[in-house]
Amino acid sequence: MNAAVWQLVQVFLVVAISPLITGWVRFVKSRLNGRAGASPFQPYRDTYRLLQKEAVVAHSASWVFRAAPYVTFTAVWLAAAIIPTFTTDMVLAPAADLIALVALLGVARFWTALAGMDVGTSFGGLGASREMMIASLAEPAMLMVTFSLSLISGTTAPAQIIAFILGGGVGIEVSMGLALAALVMVAIAENGRIPIDNPATHLELTMVHEAMVLEYSGRHLALMEGAGMVRLTLYMALIGAIFVPWGVAAPGGSVVEAMIGLAAFLAKSFVLATALGVFETMIAKMRVFRYADFLGGALLLGLLATIFLYVSEAV
Amino acid sequence: MMGNVTLLEFLSFGQPVEGHRPYPRFQLDKRAWQALVERLLAADWVLMAEWGEPDEVHLALRDEETGDVAVASHPCPEHRFFAVGHARPGAIRLERAIHDLWGLVPMGLEDRRPWLDHGRWPYRHPLARHRAARAEAPYHYAFLAAEGEGLHQIPVGPVHAGVIEPGHFRFHAQGEAVVRLEERLGYVHKGIEGLLRGTPMDQAARIVGRVSGDSTVAYALAFARAAEAATGCEVPPRAHWLRALMAEMERIANHVFDIGAICNDAAFTIMLSHMGVLREKILRANHAMFGHRLLMDVVVPGGVTRDLSDAGAEALRHMLYGFRKAFERAFTLYENTPSLSDRTLGTGIAHSSLVNRFGAGGFVGRASLRSHDARLAPGYPPYGKLGLTVPTFSEGDVNARVMVRFAEVRESLRMIAEILSDMPEGAPRTPLPQVAGEGLSMVESFRGEVLVWLRLAENGTVLACHPHDPSWFQWPLLEAAIEGNIVADFPICNKSFNCSYSGHDL
Repeated sequence: MNAAVWQLVQVFLVVAISPLITGWVRFVKSRLNGRAGASPFQPYRDTYRLLQKEAVVAHSASWVFRAAPYVTFTAVWLAAAIIPTFTTDMVLAPAADLIALVALLGVARFWTALAGMDVGTSFGGLGASREMMIASLAEPAMLMVTFSLSLISGTTAPAQIIAFILGGGVGIEVSMGLALAALVMVAIAENGRIPIDNPATHLELTMVHEAMVLEYSGRHLALMEGAGMVRLTLYMALIGAIFVPWGVAAPGGSVVEAMIGLAAFLAKSFVLATALGVFETMIAKMRVFRYADFLGGALLLGLLATIFLYVSEAV
Repeated sequence: MMGNVTLLEFLSFGQPVEGHRPYPRFQLDKRAWQALVERLLAADWVLMAEWGEPDEVHLALRDEETGDVAVASHPCPEHRFFAVGHARPGAIRLERAIHDLWGLVPMGLEDRRPWLDHGRWPYRHPLARHRAARAEAPYHYAFLAAEGEGLHQIPVGPVHAGVIEPGHFRFHAQGEAVVRLEERLGYVHKGIEGLLRGTPMDQAARIVGRVSGDSTVAYALAFARAAEAATGCEVPPRAHWLRALMAEMERIANHVFDIGAICNDAAFTIMLSHMGVLREKILRANHAMFGHRLLMDVVVPGGVTRDLSDAGAEALRHMLYGFRKAFERAFTLYENTPSLSDRTLGTGIAHSSLVNRFGAGGFVGRASLRSHDARLAPGYPPYGKLGLTVPTFSEGDVNARVMVRFAEVRESLRMIAEILSDMPEGAPRTPLPQVAGEGLSMVESFRGEVLVWLRLAENGTVLACHPHDPSWFQWPLLEAAIEGNIVADFPICNKSFNCSYSGHDL
């Protein structure tokens, strides 16, 4: 019974707070840049505004363009729903799996890229090709992280990984550190943050993710931006849940424990969002041809995490 | 021996024109003009500007060896002249514009596509004696082709996502690598030269001061100096110093903001924030001292409209102290951010040979070892007394252009301190004599050398006036600098050039 309730809370929670997290990152960056900054709640207003507006669709657009926002948002939403953010006591927990997560995000990316190319503008194609280049490098790294986690805990389900870590199954492990570093790098790339992509840029020629959604307006744009915000929340929740799982409630726990888990989740997310804002202020965007170095580094870290497991076992 | 002929010796075969000051002007007939064009292939005379009149074409040249400046004019009642474009590539777009505006045909010019005329004017050749009716055929502009496996085009602009001026960029790219970039400008053509014809001097000064708003002091100063030269007016010494103060303030304001904007294009926004603060300090000081944040219409023919009070000088000194510290902190931040250096080093290299062929000045030239500065050559007061040094770098990349800006800001700050302590007393303005004449002047704006040529009637009316923006010789280099770079690096290269659209499109 509780599992169903918590699952429902989770499903709506990730969507409800994602604009706030995005707004908070922007707010932190504004403050660090010496500006007053828009309220962290501004993304809610923007989304509301976009939902009110008419959706203009290019003449050359096919059904793919129209369908993509819904597919993308649904896939990302579903992916976010299966991560145990505050409790592992959820209906979907047994079905949740890191590989499924990667696949769902892949579906979202595939549809966004299709939509970017569908209208036939040069920027959409440019963005789609860059996005695919990033994806082809980031996905293996993400899978390497998944493998090393599953080798440690014997499962690819986040709920069981969390239970394993909370159960004291892992001490301070080099592999965990390496996997964390790799996952952070993947998260930066997948969310189009600096130094891979600049979400705030107006320069069409440098865009990656934004270039693909340039042609969207109204509710379509709201969904595409919503998907981006939920994806950011998803990665923060994932990093927070797996690498800092303390506070996450276990099955059979009381309501109070779940509430503590909720508070811990919010706290973790805002710490990560603040860190992201600080990091983005301190660094410049990298050249497009350096993506391979960056994500190759992430892949290597993931690989090292796996290798070290065997090395430490052998010793 | 031909090799030793100086520019003035060569032009002396022509007919000297009376009343052109301070540099001579010579009228060349068809044969002499053709000889000049051929001579340009061998001589290292720098093309400074080329412009037209209904039945005449003018060419402003500088002899690098002797430093002499002269204007060669070629009356062409049959509306054809030998093109300078194949001797000086910088002239190609100028001559395309001359054809669009005055209907003079540059003979021998390979590229005969229109430049400023986009087929939207009610008639062709708006400045010609007889305007031509617009052709019925639909207007078509053919971009230069690039063909090959996997090549694709990326059209960018004229309307951009940022709040910048309009211009079209046509990329031919192979994946991310730029194979060719071609610019298409002229979207902000305002008909400046048509507006200037027959206007009273004070109004003309206001128009020229708005040709390119970010260098309004440089343009107003160039116009004022040309008008003063034409009328033989001696400006009081204090006016020279006040003008230099304003010009350096403008230079600093533009340079610091450029540095910030270049870093912002690498998504390093913190630098733009710092630089925005510094620029604002300069603008507020401008307002406190001279009553206008951008110093528009303060420099006028005959002097300046507002004098600097002691209180104003003291406030400026006080502001500069904090400014210098903050500026050096920003420089340290720039130097110590490896992710930023990774973007700027080796990006968008403008080769020194090309820079010299086009005669590009300003930070574009100085980043590639070309040190020409109108403040020194031919020079104008008070810079001779300020000991100006011009920084040059050899790399020619984005970083070098940023470094030129940093160095120039330091030099300007130093000069402002000297100007404040050594400024002579006296009136800041003198009335302009009512004399007819022609004048030419060059002034160093933050971008490079601004040239203004004008012809005045006895009552002070401007009969003809041509303002020339340094961007004419920098835009083509941007096309060359981006080749072989990646598409995503274009914005940062473009920003490091920061050419003027408005000044170029006239």
